[in-house]
Amino acid sequence: MATISIDGKHYEVEDGSNVLEAVLGLGLDLPYFCWHPALGSVGSCRQCALLQFQNADDDRGRIVMGCMTQVTDGMLLSLSDSRAKAFRADVIEALMTNHPHDCPVCAEGGECHLQDMTVMSGHRDRRYNGLKNTHVNQDLGPLIHHEMNRCIACYRCVRYYQDYAGGTDLAALGSHDHVYFGRHEDGTLESEFAGNLVEVCPTGVFTDKSLVHDYTRKWDLQSAPSICTACGVGCNTIPGERYGRLKRIHNRYHHEVNGYFLCDRGRFGGGWVNSERRLRQAGAQMSDGCFAPLTQEQAVQRLQTLCGADSKLWGIGSPRASLESNWMLRSLVGDEHYCPGFGPEQDALRAVMTALTEGGVATATLPEIEAADLVIIVGEDITQSAPRIALALRQSVRNLGLEQAANLGVQHWQDAAVRNIAQNTRSPLVEWVSASTRLADVATKTLTLAPTDIARMGFALAAALDEGAGVDGLTADQTTHVVQLASRVLGAKRPLIVSGCSSHDASVVYAAQALAAAVARRHAATRVVYTVPECNSVGVGLLKGTHKDLADVVAAAEAGHIDTLVVLENDLYRRMKKEWVTRLAAAVPNIVVLDALETSTCDAAQLVLPVASFTEAEGTLVNAEGRAQRFYPVVSDVGERLPGWQWLRLAAVGRANRSDLETLMHLDQVLEAIAAEQPQLDGIRAAAPDASYRDRVGLKAARQPHRYSGRTAMYADKTLHEPKTPVDEDAPLSFSMEGESHALPSALRSFVWDPGWNSNQSLHKFQAEIGGALKGGSAGIRLIEPKGQPAPGAYSVPAAFEPPLSGWYLTAQYRIFGSEEMSAHAPGILAVSAGPTLILSADDALQLALAADDGVTLITADGSVDCEVTVDPALPKGTVGFVVGHAHLLDLRAGETVSLEKKPGLMRRSEVIASDGVRVYG
Amino acid sequence: MLALLESLRSQLVTMGRVLGHTFTRSETVQYPEQKPYLAPRYRGRIVLTKDPDGEERCVACNLCAVACPVGCIALQQGVNDDGRWHAEFFRINFSRCIMCGMCEEACPTYAIQLTPDFEMCEYERTSLVYEKEHLLIDGPGKYHDYNFYRVSGLEIAGKQKGQAQNEAEPINVKSLLP
Repeated sequence: MATISIDGKHYEVEDGSNVLEAVLGLGLDLPYFCWHPALGSVGSCRQCALLQFQNADDDRGRIVMGCMTQVTDGMLLSLSDSRAKAFRADVIEALMTNHPHDCPVCAEGGECHLQDMTVMSGHRDRRYNGLKNTHVNQDLGPLIHHEMNRCIACYRCVRYYQDYAGGTDLAALGSHDHVYFGRHEDGTLESEFAGNLVEVCPTGVFTDKSLVHDYTRKWDLQSAPSICTACGVGCNTIPGERYGRLKRIHNRYHHEVNGYFLCDRGRFGGGWVNSERRLRQAGAQMSDGCFAPLTQEQAVQRLQTLCGADSKLWGIGSPRASLESNWMLRSLVGDEHYCPGFGPEQDALRAVMTALTEGGVATATLPEIEAADLVIIVGEDITQSAPRIALALRQSVRNLGLEQAANLGVQHWQDAAVRNIAQNTRSPLVEWVSASTRLADVATKTLTLAPTDIARMGFALAAALDEGAGVDGLTADQTTHVVQLASRVLGAKRPLIVSGCSSHDASVVYAAQALAAAVARRHAATRVVYTVPECNSVGVGLLKGTHKDLADVVAAAEAGHIDTLVVLENDLYRRMKKEWVTRLAAAVPNIVVLDALETSTCDAAQLVLPVASFTEAEGTLVNAEGRAQRFYPVVSDVGERLPGWQWLRLAAVGRANRSDLETLMHLDQVLEAIAAEQPQLDGIRAAAPDASYRDRVGLKAARQPHRYSGRTAMYADKTLHEPKTPVDEDAPLSFSMEGESHALPSALRSFVWDPGWNSNQSLHKFQAEIGGALKGGSAGIRLIEPKGQPAPGAYSVPAAFEPPLSGWYLTAQYRIFGSEEMSAHAPGILAVSAGPTLILSADDALQLALAADDGVTLITADGSVDCEVTVDPALPKGTVGFVVGHAHLLDLRAGETVSLEKKPGLMRRSEVIASDGVRVYG
Repeated sequence: MLALLESLRSQLVTMGRVLGHTFTRSETVQYPEQKPYLAPRYRGRIVLTKDPDGEERCVACNLCAVACPVGCIALQQGVNDDGRWHAEFFRINFSRCIMCGMCEEACPTYAIQLTPDFEMCEYERTSLVYEKEHLLIDGPGKYHDYNFYRVSGLEIAGKQKGQAQNEAEPINVKSLLP
């Protein structure tokens, strides 16, 4: 620690940090632009100027930049000296000379760092009489809106986009006051993390395009702490709502899960909750196949009849439904009649669950991923399956360069200096994957192999580290690679093994577990990351009991053991082959489907019940690291919809053996019942405060900022009697502006705001230290901690991959946009998810004599389908990749052998989702 | 004694002033037969005005709504095909409005203005909820010349980048000239 003096007051601050960080950490105000806690300092904006004195006798001092000055013990500084103030006012005045006078029509207004800093620096009137520079905007695709005139040239965007996120198509163009931040030509930004520009840009150059077209100011958004449902990482988010519509999703800082950033699927993928395909009312299928609308009361009656005491009831849960809903379904039907509803990834997911709970190696938190000095990726295109982890891995490769800089006495926050020293030095990151990946640019080595060969590499490296028997039949190159990598592993300090379910092949996960165990025996600091496809895959996997597979459900149905099948938030066509769903539907007299969106499965149902989405209900999700996190509703008026567990609770009324479920009126009671029954889930109660939480004046936490406007006019078209504040009995949050918004547990923070800091840059006011944990503690709770020694698990080395004699071996390939079911319905995601759905190697494309606009007819035992094709030169010979989750490819399974035929002139856009008439902004 | 005289004088002067008012012209008018003069800046019924070109001035920036101390303004922004921002709906609940004029002060485009009309009695309270079509007038109100989009850098149909007031031609990034 160092003692510094600011304006005559003494403070204790962290040694080695920079003055700006220290000043902000002390809760003092100092304006800045180019510094960002995740990006470090470059000193380009000159805004954080303050006065430094040499000694107590020095009354003149000198202007220094806070962000570029290292804290030293005994430092004498002044923030409030008139010379420092005047300097800052001059800088902001210069930055504002070209600002285009468009705050009223800017989607950043009201949460604009430039507005805040202008007010803080005291600049008001434009004195410069010259002409304002102007720029022509670019079309940056359907997600990001560009308004270049607002730029103050702080360079944050390119530093984030290029240096942090590894993007190549956004750059600073031109020079001096002609500098322009954009692409070389109009076009969609390529990076999967481009959406963070919206929050990184301190002004309104980059804004959320869907928000620009349906705008609400930050102060008018009703928000609640939420969890992203678009993958298994469980990033913390803040959805904002107005007039019953989801307007935008912003990042909610959690230093162990997502830090400052989200991926574009998370940021823009929540729009499905506004979709026209949302189920708004319960419906009963009539003889003509149409659905007759039912009131909630009628629906409950119908449900209770179908789930009556003597009905043989089965249930299919869902890894995208909350833990509470799944548990309620399981309790309703009994665990021997409950199926978790996993899809083709089931075997790999089970292997991941074993690895997590019995592997004996701790899962990495976000800072641990970023701190890894050796990364081995086993069979996972991580950018597509768990994008936020990929962004963290991009930071991990910097560690060797950071070490070099540290050896020269350069602090890690000296961003430009560190990058200069590091040049292209990177910590080792090795990928064993089944197709080219987006991480290849930072990978030391990318080996593209068939999934079984990936598993063999994992086992071989594990054997090399354990000095075990090894794996027979590796090629000479592979053997050399394994030997080299083994020595690198021995030299590493904080190795990280990344794997997951994306290959749909359990042997890959077994290999990763064996490898992790072997590495962990060498280094106690070894960490693992396993990805799972959906937001609650791990939560559902953690439920204990004699659960059934989908195949068992079909078998039971065909044996006449099922009267009523309850399908909870699950589109069965995405889980099993069409033929099986048809057989199931034919064999079960009554199917009840509960879902948020209309899916194909609904057509097979006798009763369809509308379920509240993540913006309308409260629930718990368990992410891939086993962290239970709570999400809260942001919308108060949910109409006829109920949370899944509420429908199922009402269904239990007629069940004599489970009438106890009926008494579980509130979420907290459900949580208690889950904890009582499933001790491994006991922690979920502590994931967030319960509904009895009150702040220091006895109020719940506020969902609305204190400037929330229009209270007496919002609903005046319907009634003049101002409605009572909706009561949320389940949540510790109120649908009101009354209540604490500062001293809150992190799990209950609905927005960040501090006087003078309207933008999300106010976050530092809520952090215990800059870039560290929040003052309100860590939100959520880890349910899985490693027990015992590192265990290699199932150690069976698969046979080497042999290309099929005729045909191709299918490998599963995920895509960030389109593979995930719900986000694919969001208008922005829909617009960027079109593209080829089949990946061929260059040799195979040549063999099939494919021209540029030719497609391929893919023939399986079940039938044939026409696909648009892309060529990946790195694809292993004999394999062909298919994009998971596309509507016309749902019947394909990784590991199947298929044959291909040329389909000349096919340029069909992929049918991800039939367009539902939602406006796509282009 | 002096104090007594002084207070007596004060009393008499006061009485004289009060009596003097008997002979001044009455401010009271026989409303409603007779209408009083109300200055243009009188704060009465709120209107939404149009710019000199006849386009809606309101850009749905929400500043009036947030400035309103009683929260009686609610609106939703939308974007026209020509790039202008506009209010998709704009609602003022006059049964709550206190005619304070804060919305007018906050408005960056002179769109929302208070007028000298205060006669808004209704038998139905719901009739006091004014939607955009009730609020919008055809003229520019008190400010005849101001057109936000001529000043603002936002590009709209018919006004490209560099064509607003005090704006230079858009920069050619590819130029090598200094």
